[in-house]
Amino acid sequence: MSGTHEPAEGAGPTPPLLEISDLRVSYEVGSRSVKAVRGVDLLVRSGEALGIAGESGSGKSTLVMSFLRLLPATATVTGRVSYHGEDILTMNWGRVRAVRWAGASMIFQGAMSALNPVRTIATQISEPILLHEKVSPRTARARAAGLLSDVGLPATRLDAYPHELSGGQRQRAMIAMALACDPDLIIADEPTTALDVMVQAQILQLLKDLTANRSVGLVMISHDLSVLAEVCDRLAVMYAGSICEIGPTGEVRTDPRHPYSAALLDAFPVIGDPASRRQPRGLPGDPPDATATAPGCPFAPRCAVVMPSCADHEIELWPAGPQRQSSCLRVLPEFAADRPNVNQRPDGAMASVTERNPGR
Amino acid sequence: MSAAAIEVPGPADVLEARNLRVTFSSRRSAAPARAVDDVNLALGRAEIIALIGESGCGKSTLARALVGLVKPQGGQVISQGAPLKYSKAALRQHRRSVQLVLQDPAGALNPRHTVYDLVAEGPRLHGLTGNLYERVCTALTQAGLRPPEQFLARYPHQLSGGQQQRVVIAGALALEPSVLVADEPVSSLDASARGEVLRLLIDLRDTLGLSALVVSHDLGLAWNIADRVAVMYLGRIVELGTVEEVLLRPQHPYTRALLSILPGRRSAQTLTLLQGEAPDPAAIPGGCRFHPRCPLYAEKADDPRAQWCRERDPQVLPALSDSHLVACHFAASGAPDNPTAPPASAVGA
Repeated sequence: MSGTHEPAEGAGPTPPLLEISDLRVSYEVGSRSVKAVRGVDLLVRSGEALGIAGESGSGKSTLVMSFLRLLPATATVTGRVSYHGEDILTMNWGRVRAVRWAGASMIFQGAMSALNPVRTIATQISEPILLHEKVSPRTARARAAGLLSDVGLPATRLDAYPHELSGGQRQRAMIAMALACDPDLIIADEPTTALDVMVQAQILQLLKDLTANRSVGLVMISHDLSVLAEVCDRLAVMYAGSICEIGPTGEVRTDPRHPYSAALLDAFPVIGDPASRRQPRGLPGDPPDATATAPGCPFAPRCAVVMPSCADHEIELWPAGPQRQSSCLRVLPEFAADRPNVNQRPDGAMASVTERNPGR
Repeated sequence: MSAAAIEVPGPADVLEARNLRVTFSSRRSAAPARAVDDVNLALGRAEIIALIGESGCGKSTLARALVGLVKPQGGQVISQGAPLKYSKAALRQHRRSVQLVLQDPAGALNPRHTVYDLVAEGPRLHGLTGNLYERVCTALTQAGLRPPEQFLARYPHQLSGGQQQRVVIAGALALEPSVLVADEPVSSLDASARGEVLRLLIDLRDTLGLSALVVSHDLGLAWNIADRVAVMYLGRIVELGTVEEVLLRPQHPYTRALLSILPGRRSAQTLTLLQGEAPDPAAIPGGCRFHPRCPLYAEKADDPRAQWCRERDPQVLPALSDSHLVACHFAASGAPDNPTAPPASAVGA
């Protein structure tokens, strides 16, 4: 925290850690406008872990990059990114620099390219500490040693260069760097994608422990719902620049309320589930066109349970149970009769909401 | 298995590794890295085997040796019943019947070639230029790109990731191979394309009788498509059996650990998190190569068999296709009462 926010005036409630409202990001490519993020609202509270799932091109990386104004100048960003009540998008650059690392930090995908290959781990972890706090290099180094042991690396690795570390160790060093200035928000972009299964499990365990012990807010993105479910309290699923479903992790996984979430879940089988044995499930059709401006549900062309209304009905996130929202028309009362069909599988097999894979 | 596959005469196993060893020598250390350290594996006709392991375990090297891209330092690759000779002509013939499908289709496809040229490249190199157009269209159709004419003039960047991987597979099919060796065929693909490509491998097995060795770190992939699973650790296959045997009744502590860390399975099973990463293949631990990380060994340090773990290398698993085999002293049936029993064992019937 270290004084990065001031409580709201008077007796009003403390503003939430991170509140995103109507965030839109577009890029002008030639004469076309590529709409990468199309109006996203999100809320992350202190100590909460939110997972954002989506395939490549869904806009999830663009979304989280915009939180810390890390997008290139060619991106047009509108909306509000409120960090402790303060809009990051309108801050002056000095304030943005103060918030980065000290208030909110980022764990990037692929630690080999995110770490500087010609500087030691100690130098790289100390750098944000020295920039943000008035401490001596000796103190910063001692802090770096402590951070390494927090993430399960021996302090003897302080003077190692990135290439001397294994993939898992590099990712741990990245996490230590993100923790260096004791931030209260960590954004993790596919933190385990390049890692081996066993190392992935180790890193997920580490992230889980860190969020539990330090009460930092975590926003983690991945294409794999099951990876997010290991760490996150809530899941948001993105498709074509919008959130199509959001809710508590367990409920989204066992009972998805959007056909796209159901398809993503089905893509990764549960071992022992006879329904997926020799039955890999994909999602036919083309990925969405980011320049499209047509009304209606963007998932409709690939949806197994599409209805005529999907083509032109205005789409927004509707309530789909306590703390849950979905942008599928079938959650609306007028289409509710068809609701169990949300879980219809592309191959025609049906699974009702209650039958669906209770072991998941 | 498809009926067409059974009618074809010839050996039951289309591709086999027999006591295969591949080592790489390093400039710095005197000890060579033993990437593949005595492996037996037989791929049957119209069979899909998933080869599973962590990175650095030698699974990709084994795959490349089977295709003939790496010359083994020991043992043999048996292709269609005969040992592979490493002459230019023999390799050429072998690589036509055993085709490699790589991980990243965007990297495997020349961005400046059209789909037609990409698929026709293999047949051209092998001199199969009669009816080339027809051959390319057939391969594209078999790979699920229908109608093929619609794709011929496209460039890789005009295709989705799943379509790109289908073009790679079509390029392999154009040579009418009997085996596909696919190294992480879906790990660079999006979730929605993953299932489509895996479905294709099953369809090719069913319609063309094609065998496949699929190399992956993903146990879910094995459950999705494979008939048998081979689990590899540090250059050696440590467990081999049908998908149901190995994934539902794992015997080797390493396989158990791999299954326990699958996201989403942890509630049903206690998490066995192995510490660190797999050791250097240039310094494979003595005794059982897994014992320094083995949770079972740590738990049973007082058991007399724990001494075997430190001192004896478990027997190399044979290439039996009808047994569930485990290279573990503790899994060896009857071992505690009968110290002369072979340390490698068949589990169950």
